[in-house]
Amino acid sequence: MSLTFALRGLSANKLRSSLTMLGILIGVAAVILLVAVGNGSAKAISDRIEALGTNTITVMSAGRTGSALTTETAGALADPVLAPDVRSVSPVVSASATVTYEGADHEVSSFVGTTPGWFAASNTPVGRGAAFTTDDEAQGRRVVVLGPTVAEELFPGADPIDQQVTVGGALFTVIGVLAGKSSTGFQDANDTAVAPLTAVRQVLTGYGSLNSILVEASSPAQVDAVQSQVSTILGLSLDETQYRIQNASQLLETQTETADTFTTLLGAVAAISLLVGGIGITNIMLVTVTERTREIGIRKALGAPRRVILTQFMIEATLLSVLGGLLGVAAALIGSSFEIVGVRPVIVPSSVGLALGVSIAIGLFFGGLPAARAARLRPIDALRYE
Amino acid sequence: MRRPVLDVRDLTKTYGEGEATVHALRGVSMTVERGDYVAIMGSSGSGKSTLMNILGALDVPTTGTYLLDGVDVSDLADRQLALARNRLIGFIFQAFNLIPRMSAAGNVELPLAYAGIKPDERRRRARAALDVVGLAERARHEPNQLSGGQQQRVAVARALVTEPALLLADEPTGNLDTRSTEDVLDVFDQLSAAGRTIVIITHEPEVGARAKRLIRLVDGRIVHDVRQRP
Repeated sequence: MSLTFALRGLSANKLRSSLTMLGILIGVAAVILLVAVGNGSAKAISDRIEALGTNTITVMSAGRTGSALTTETAGALADPVLAPDVRSVSPVVSASATVTYEGADHEVSSFVGTTPGWFAASNTPVGRGAAFTTDDEAQGRRVVVLGPTVAEELFPGADPIDQQVTVGGALFTVIGVLAGKSSTGFQDANDTAVAPLTAVRQVLTGYGSLNSILVEASSPAQVDAVQSQVSTILGLSLDETQYRIQNASQLLETQTETADTFTTLLGAVAAISLLVGGIGITNIMLVTVTERTREIGIRKALGAPRRVILTQFMIEATLLSVLGGLLGVAAALIGSSFEIVGVRPVIVPSSVGLALGVSIAIGLFFGGLPAARAARLRPIDALRYE
Repeated sequence: MRRPVLDVRDLTKTYGEGEATVHALRGVSMTVERGDYVAIMGSSGSGKSTLMNILGALDVPTTGTYLLDGVDVSDLADRQLALARNRLIGFIFQAFNLIPRMSAAGNVELPLAYAGIKPDERRRRARAALDVVGLAERARHEPNQLSGGQQQRVAVARALVTEPALLLADEPTGNLDTRSTEDVLDVFDQLSAAGRTIVIITHEPEVGARAKRLIRLVDGRIVHDVRQRP
């Protein structure tokens, strides 16, 4: 019976009811969606970092006097006594270079020269063909493994393996193509080419210093140990200002923390919008009940018990907030299937529950409070109310 | 012996405290027998509305007892009061007090809904009540589509649909023109002839003249109580 009364009450004021629901809808959808965007970007960042490999550290040169990292430095790191937890050390040089094949050319932003261990350490598997070997590296053979973007640019629809491309005036034989990497940043991770360190130094970069040294730990748990071993060894020959060590798992940790902060911030902004929606419900309920105090008086004069009146208004408030909340959840679910500012939102289930719960609680409390007050009025006071 | 529908003794009602105390009722005693048609007249400020609200169980007296159909209304809890208003009293207001945006039939059905009567039965009785006031063909109209007189007749239908022991009307013709007043008073005559107990408050002599019994209220006291017709 109260349900019919409540439905009648709501449909008597369709515009006001739908505007109230819209307020709640926006509040709930904003909370869910913004938290999902924050969560989605955190996930994207950690995916990207995990793709770099989490059991490696990268030694990079620092300071303005040019890089102090040399092949000798790299050799010193492969020391089973001082650095027992190091599995492999890959010296890395890289430069941008133009790769040419039969008149077609392509500017590769990072042409990498390294040792065969780099493929495993940097989590960059070869898709087709093969990686170069230690022998290739020792002999300085001019072979190259192309990134998928480069292969597609130079050999559209053709098999690049065993073809010869020109890099820096020298011929390189393509022996493989890297497996595609998901690329989430601004830089295309597939726009690369990898060749033996000796060949690249000879043709492109010269015999100067290295860009970086990739050190792989024997297990992810040993990364911190490897980092301290590496810095001990480097401390013997280098000044601390000349290099810095980048630890992928540490990077992951700080990035995740940053992303969490970001999510919290977004959530706080969204919570404010939910609060505003809640104040909207409160306002409407106050107005509705005040405006209908006379009606409450009439109903009481006709013999409506306090409980029936209270139930009617509670159901009205609950219906408004539940319907608004559910529509908000639906809107958020639909919205999350689109990319928002380049981020694919990932819904956090608890945010759905929280947003829905808060909106219903607000509706019940602020709808119930004025209704309870009005239901308690003596009918004569309610009837006289103008 | 038949017990009276209405039996009030030494009813007083005061508003405010101290210097500002207003004595709206200064000891009213009266009984109304079943089937009677009583008009209570008095100028504004005579306490007639206060008396009406107490008789309608919308307000409580400061002192005194009020037996409605043998039930002492002054010491009922909220639940029982609601029940008494629903079953024993049919209230008709000066301002009609129909619920807006609800059809005439819906308004008439309302007290039956609060009494917990099934929808089919509600519709049948609401239709019968609207028939009594001659508005059966207007059942689907909302209050704002009805004239003042029609609205008041719907309110009368709503008051009598529960078959209450007592019909209470507070200045029922106060907001109506002469023709509508005549329509509504005809309905009251008809109901009285059918054996209903009616108490009507008014300040219009022509309304009071049609009642069987006339009570005059001055300054919260009954000064005049005459039977005009048996």
